[in-house]
Parts: sequence; structure tokens; C-alpha cells
Amino acid sequence: MIRFEHVTKVYDQKSRPALDDIDVEIDRGDFAFLVGASGSGKSTFIRLVLREDQASRGSVHVAGQNVARIPGWRVPRMRRGIGVVFQDFRLLPNKDVFSNVAFAMQVIGKSRASIRSTVPEVLKTVGLQGKEKRMPNELSGGEQQRVAIARAIVNQPGILLADEPTGNLDPATSVGIMNILDKINQNGTTVVMATHDNDIVNSMRRRVIELDEGKLVRDERAGEYTAMIPIINRDGSRELRAANPQDQAIAPFDSEEDEA
Amino acid sequence: MRLAFILGEIGSGLRRNLSMVVSVVLVTFISLTFVGAAALTQMQITQMKGFWYDKVEVAIFLCGEDYGSQTCADGAVTDSQRSAIKDMLDSAAVKPYVDGYEYESQDQALRHFREQFKNSPIVDTVTADQLPESFRVKMVDPEKYDVINELFSSMKGVDTVIDQRELLEKVFSIMNIASLVAVGIAVVMIFCAVLLVATTIRLSAFSRRRETGIMRLVGASKVVIQLPFVLEGVIAALIGAVLASGTLWAVVRYLIQGKLAVEYPDTAFIATGEVLLVAPGLLVLGVVLAGVSSVLTLRRYLKV
Repeated sequence: MIRFEHVTKVYDQKSRPALDDIDVEIDRGDFAFLVGASGSGKSTFIRLVLREDQASRGSVHVAGQNVARIPGWRVPRMRRGIGVVFQDFRLLPNKDVFSNVAFAMQVIGKSRASIRSTVPEVLKTVGLQGKEKRMPNELSGGEQQRVAIARAIVNQPGILLADEPTGNLDPATSVGIMNILDKINQNGTTVVMATHDNDIVNSMRRRVIELDEGKLVRDERAGEYTAMIPIINRDGSRELRAANPQDQAIAPFDSEEDEA
Repeated sequence: MRLAFILGEIGSGLRRNLSMVVSVVLVTFISLTFVGAAALTQMQITQMKGFWYDKVEVAIFLCGEDYGSQTCADGAVTDSQRSAIKDMLDSAAVKPYVDGYEYESQDQALRHFREQFKNSPIVDTVTADQLPESFRVKMVDPEKYDVINELFSSMKGVDTVIDQRELLEKVFSIMNIASLVAVGIAVVMIFCAVLLVATTIRLSAFSRRRETGIMRLVGASKVVIQLPFVLEGVIAALIGAVLASGTLWAVVRYLIQGKLAVEYPDTAFIATGEVLLVAPGLLVLGVVLAGVSSVLTLRRYLKV
């Protein structure tokens, strides 16, 4: 569904590339976590899939199409096949829940009738039935994110990209969001979620793609993720150290390729 | 659905930016009024030319007592000189240029003078012998005035040869200057209008960046994203153009047709028909200017 072939993205010639020779394939129906520290290239990865940016070298294929070959006027059509969710929800504050979700259908010219039948259905999927008339500022963070997810999937995209969707939410609320994403994935949508929430990655036991300084350092079928490890030094002092891929607590048992 | 959606977006954009939209409307209104006024002045000139050039004559003024010019050195025109001039007008050399001529005696001149200045106190002090007698020559082609001037101005008994057209030219050149000034003001105002439309669209695009960002992500086409902004500018300019056309129509209808044309019935004035010719041009000009400037602005400030 998403295939990166030796993709390098350079924003600024002087500094290191944001993505460095990334070669990865995410199949239809996959659920993949994109993990790594800030600045590791997760957001660039998502931008390349959306064709907000173009790869400096290599090619990005989305749904079988090389995105570099899609002419500018076809890009909107390609984006209709991708739903996106962000950490900051990005709801329209002056529209109620129903209108926020309906907006995504209106702007691509869906009929009033199909909007009226589809939106309540999708709101039910994300567990927001009965809250159609609420304004975004009357909702909790978790509910707002559910609206954002509803908006992302209302046009039935084949791919759902989530950029730190639980970044602003507490663990309990995050679980609810993850259940929704899992449900969407079970309905056949490919989900790619950028995150650095260890707990979520470790409890989901899904594919983990780890980026570090623009390089792909790990790709496991059912991986875990540890962002930090507490270390007790010889003198008894303690500190937190950023974890290396080798530090993963449980040995990978379904890794596709050998990682260094 | 999409049409209703775009209309809704335009409506909310216009409401949100009301003060800017009003200023766009006013600036377009004023600039297009000047453009229209310049066009109407030109039409008025053409109208007057057509009207007057049929009536103007070349006047050959004959000498009276103690006229200063060289050809009048011998004093007032004599009968033989007068008939020599008349013969010349009838001669084969002059005939092709002349449509007809009339002799105006001093008494007739005084009568005409009194008619023309009947409201002025000067009438009572003027006597017939203060006015020159003249031949009023109607030209086949008014442009051929020089021929007559050359032949007659050096003849004995002729004081001066005057082309009435020249007097009109003065009036026309004043009107021309007025219309040029109007065009000049219009150009500056149009420049203002274009910049103002650009600024308004920029503000509008900025205040709706959330919406357009989401539209982009869910795959709305460029047209759906940009059209509301372009139409916002175009509608504001269109309202301005309609106001300008209405104002010009009112001026022509009530000031020119209703007042000037009544007071000066022997002069040709433009009518509301001319405004109807100018108005579509103003509407098109307003729409094109606003459309082009908003498209160019969006290209810079609204990524799609």
C-alpha cells in the first residue's frame, strides 16, 4: 500500500537528510507504528506519503502509484484515499461535531443524502453517537480526537495516517483512541501511526518501524518500543538514557530482516 | 452540494471580512465611476462633433470703417470688392468645396447678435455698424478650410476668415483634458482597487487557513478551495461596478438629460443609452481586475 524505495529527503543541503535511504513497504491492511525520537523523520515520512513534499531521491509509492508521477491536479484525488489525524485534532471551532465530519464530504462534492446517511454511521464507529450537535470546545480531548478520526475516515480512505494521535491525551483516553484505530484497521484500512508512546506500542504488539536520525534502524512484525532506559551508574546515581534498538526488552520473534 | 457549499463559503467569507469587502466595493465603485465618466466624456465629444460639424461654417468677415488689418487699409468694403468676393465664391476653383453660402449684412448680424445675447445687457449698446458684414460659407468638407482661407484672406475688403470649427476645438480640447484627468485618476484608483482586493483576499485566506488546510488534506480540488476566495473579490468588485454604472446612469438621466438638455435644447447631449453601452464594459473591467488580482494573490498565499 505504501512503498518507499531508497527514499532520501534533504530539506537543507548543509544538515543531515531528514530521511536517509529509507526502504520499506507497508502492505494493505497492515497496522504499523512509526517510532523514533523527535527529529528522527517520522513527520517527514508522513508528509512524503501525503505528497506535501517530494522525495529528494528514490521513489514513494502509495496505492500502487509513484507519487512523484502524479500531476499536481491529480494530487487531491490521491489524497482522498488517505485519511490523516494529528496530535492537535485540527477541528473547525465554529462547526459542530456533525458539520466538522460532514465538511470532509462537502468539499469533495458528496451529495447531501450520502452525507446525512454516512456521518452518523461514522460517528457511531468512533463512539460519538448523540453528540452531533456539540461544538468542539464542549468536548474532551479524547472526544475531539474521535471527531478528527471520524473526519479522516468518513470518505473511506484505504490508508489512515496518524501523527501522534495520543500525544495530547492521557493513557486511559489513549486506549479508547487505540481501540478505534484498531477497529478501523480490522475493517481493512492500512494504519500508519507515528508515536513515541511506549505503552501503546508494547501493548498493541504490532509492526514497529523505528527511525533514528533519518535512518531506518528497526522493522519488526510485532515489536516493542522503549524510548528511555533508567540506568544506575556504579556510583549509585541514576539517569535516563535514550534507548537503542538493541535495548528492546523482548527479543523480536517475527522480524523480517536482521537488524544490526 | 458543491455549489451550495461554495456559496456558503463565499457568504461566510464576505461576512467575516465585511469592512475590507466594503472598502473594495467603494474603491472599485469610485475608480470605475471615473473610468465611465472618461468614456462618457469622449462619447459626448463625438456626439457634439457630429452635431456641430454639420452646422459650423467658415465666416468671411468683410472690412468696416477703420479696421486694423492690412487688407482693410482702404476703409470699409466697397460694392465692387463685395461682388469680387461673391464671384470668387461662385468661381470654378472654389465651387467644389462650397456647399452653399449666405451673405449676412450688418443689420442681419445685429439681429443674430441680439438673439444670441438676449439675456446680456451688452445688447442695448451694440449698433449695426459695429458689427462686420460677412459671407457665411458652408463647406462640403469642413476639413478643407485652408483652401478658403488662402484664397480669401488676402483679398481686398476681407478682414479675416474664421473657421468656427476652431472655436469648437477649444471646447473639445478642454473636454479632452477633463477626460484625460478622469482617466488618470481612474488609473490610480484602479491600482488601489487591485491592491486592496489582493490584501482582502490575503486576509481572508489567512483567517480561513484552518478550513483550507483541512480541505487540502481530505482531497478537495484546487477549484473548490480557491473559488470562494476569487468569487469573494469578484463579487465585491461587481457590486462596485454596479454602483458605478448606477451613478453614471443617474448623472446622465437627471443632470444631463433632465437639466442640461432642457436648458440647451440646441446642443446634442449623451443620453442614458450611452451609459448602457459603457456599463457592461465597467462590469467586465471590475470582474477581470478583481479576478486576476485574487488569483495571483492566492497563488502566493494559499498553498494547494
